[in-house]
Amino acid sequence: MTRVSVPASRAWRIRARPERRLRAILLFPVLAVALAALTILAIGRGPLVIAPVDIIDILVRAAQGVDQSSSREALVVLDIRLPRILLAVVIGANLAVSGALMQSLFRNPLADPGIIGVSAGAALAAAGVIVVGDKYLPGALPFASLPIAAFAGALIAVLILYLIATRGRETSVATLLLAGIALGALAGAIIGFLTFVADDRQLRDLTFWSLGSLGGATWDKVAALTPPFVLLLVALPFLGRGLNALSIGEAEAFYLGISVQRLKAAIVALAALATGASVAAAGIIGFVGIVVPQLLRLVLGPDHRFLLPACALLGPALLLAADTCARTLAAPAELPIGILTAGIGAPFFLWLLLRRPAGFDT
Amino acid sequence: MTGSKCFLRWAALFCVALLSISAARSAAVKAPAAQRIVAIGGAITETLYALGQEQKIVGVDTTSLYPPHALRDKPNVGYFRAFSVEGVLSLKPTLVIAAESAGPPDSLKLLQDSKVAIARLPDAFTAAGVEAKIKLIGHLAQADAAAATLAETVSRGFSEVNARRAKVSGRTRVLFIIAMQSGRPIVAGRSTAADAMIGLAGGLNVAADFSGYKPMNDESILAAAPDVIVMMANGNRPSNAQIFQLPAFKATPAAAHQRLVALDGLYLLGFGPRTPQACEDLLSAFYPGVK
Repeated sequence: MTRVSVPASRAWRIRARPERRLRAILLFPVLAVALAALTILAIGRGPLVIAPVDIIDILVRAAQGVDQSSSREALVVLDIRLPRILLAVVIGANLAVSGALMQSLFRNPLADPGIIGVSAGAALAAAGVIVVGDKYLPGALPFASLPIAAFAGALIAVLILYLIATRGRETSVATLLLAGIALGALAGAIIGFLTFVADDRQLRDLTFWSLGSLGGATWDKVAALTPPFVLLLVALPFLGRGLNALSIGEAEAFYLGISVQRLKAAIVALAALATGASVAAAGIIGFVGIVVPQLLRLVLGPDHRFLLPACALLGPALLLAADTCARTLAAPAELPIGILTAGIGAPFFLWLLLRRPAGFDT
Repeated sequence: MTGSKCFLRWAALFCVALLSISAARSAAVKAPAAQRIVAIGGAITETLYALGQEQKIVGVDTTSLYPPHALRDKPNVGYFRAFSVEGVLSLKPTLVIAAESAGPPDSLKLLQDSKVAIARLPDAFTAAGVEAKIKLIGHLAQADAAAATLAETVSRGFSEVNARRAKVSGRTRVLFIIAMQSGRPIVAGRSTAADAMIGLAGGLNVAADFSGYKPMNDESILAAAPDVIVMMANGNRPSNAQIFQLPAFKATPAAAHQRLVALDGLYLLGFGPRTPQACEDLLSAFYPGVK
């Protein structure tokens, strides 16, 4: 990773700006149209064939508040496809934006949304629910107990890391990273032990949970994921300038008048909530959080005022495309979505890297 | 001549002595031949118990859940797909009976190299397969007579199932859910023990388009229109109402008539001595009228 401290590169950056602004102005409508087109495609496609006219009819009637609970097609469109599409959009945006936030916080292009302990904490809690909770948890919430525990596990892990890394009102990013690695190893050890004592059925549950999937989407899940998503979207416009300053360096950002500590706490809290909720609802979906921000950096440059909203459009588009493939390609079975996010995202990313004349520049 | 007579007598005596020694020795060899068997696979343990050979078992694996006291009474060598070689060897077995899917392969090879007799039992999901398995286990445990009787009982059980199945008209559409974590159904496709059980009980597996246990699409479940849902009763199972209110199940015939069968996993999928009974249970659930 090259830093911005070299004057020559900075000069190049300033010169490049108008061109990049033009690209951003062009890119946003393109991304928005792509997302809208994918949404329409996703509503229309599925193992159950429903004519486009009927789908429009169902949607119009639903908008008018007509009760369609007796129609099987309406059930498919309104209670199976629609919540799943919304889940893909929300989770795609959460992961992509959180990834961008983490890469700026750690000033490392390889940081993923789970780097602050979210995935480790969620996976540990999930394994605990699957193996230990199988015997001791009451059966009142069989579908919700795991997501709730995974979300709590994610937040607790982030809180522990934040407290470890924060001394005298200052959070050390390096300590955050190292403690995250240690905590991840510890969680891995406990998950390993739980795997060891698990029986056949619990092992199967563990494997399928860790693969990640948007299957089993319900309006309840969409509702549970909305608050962190809205919070993230509302915060985006206030983060751009601070993140731009932070990417030059913490001291530089401080001298530019950014309250660095508050910014870091806000980034960690937002990413933890958004990623934690996503992992709790859909398991661990890799690649979106790394490749979407990087891809957009290649096109738009490092300005977070453009980068973050672009992530909130491209992340959903990529996840929606991947999920539509996941649920239609192998129908009636489903493909693990991780195969598709990487399968679609990686070749495109490599192509972009090949097209670049110079080296990687974040 | 007395000398030669004397020699003959001594020779005869010597022969008798030799014979008796070798007889004693062969008895001495037989005595520790009290078999020490390690059973790796739930159905194998179950069969050995059903044959009354439990005193020969010195170790079982974690899937040996029937009879329930087996895992309490016998040392546990671990999960059958990841059993511990040293754990098995420490029990000084004379024979290891392992399911075909037991492993890992390296552990099995290590056991072979350490000169322990190993028998691998094929996983055959058929009536003939169960009978052959019982006879083979009986032969290995030197209980051929008991095995013949048990195989006969099992065979009669399957004949009764077949007779009942012959009376069935129309086929009940069955969806077998193996796991339902977070409301995501993992379903049994073809080439699975669950698929074989559905077939034996006269049902039609609606997930036969794919093989193995895989996550099934919500819409496809709805489109498959199962009449009955089969699940395993083990662990923290969601209630029928909780399953039938999910969008994927809400509009299925199974939800309309609240038809869901939950049975113990090993009972349902073990393909052991209790399998005919499990088939009867499923058949009664699929076709309540057929006696």
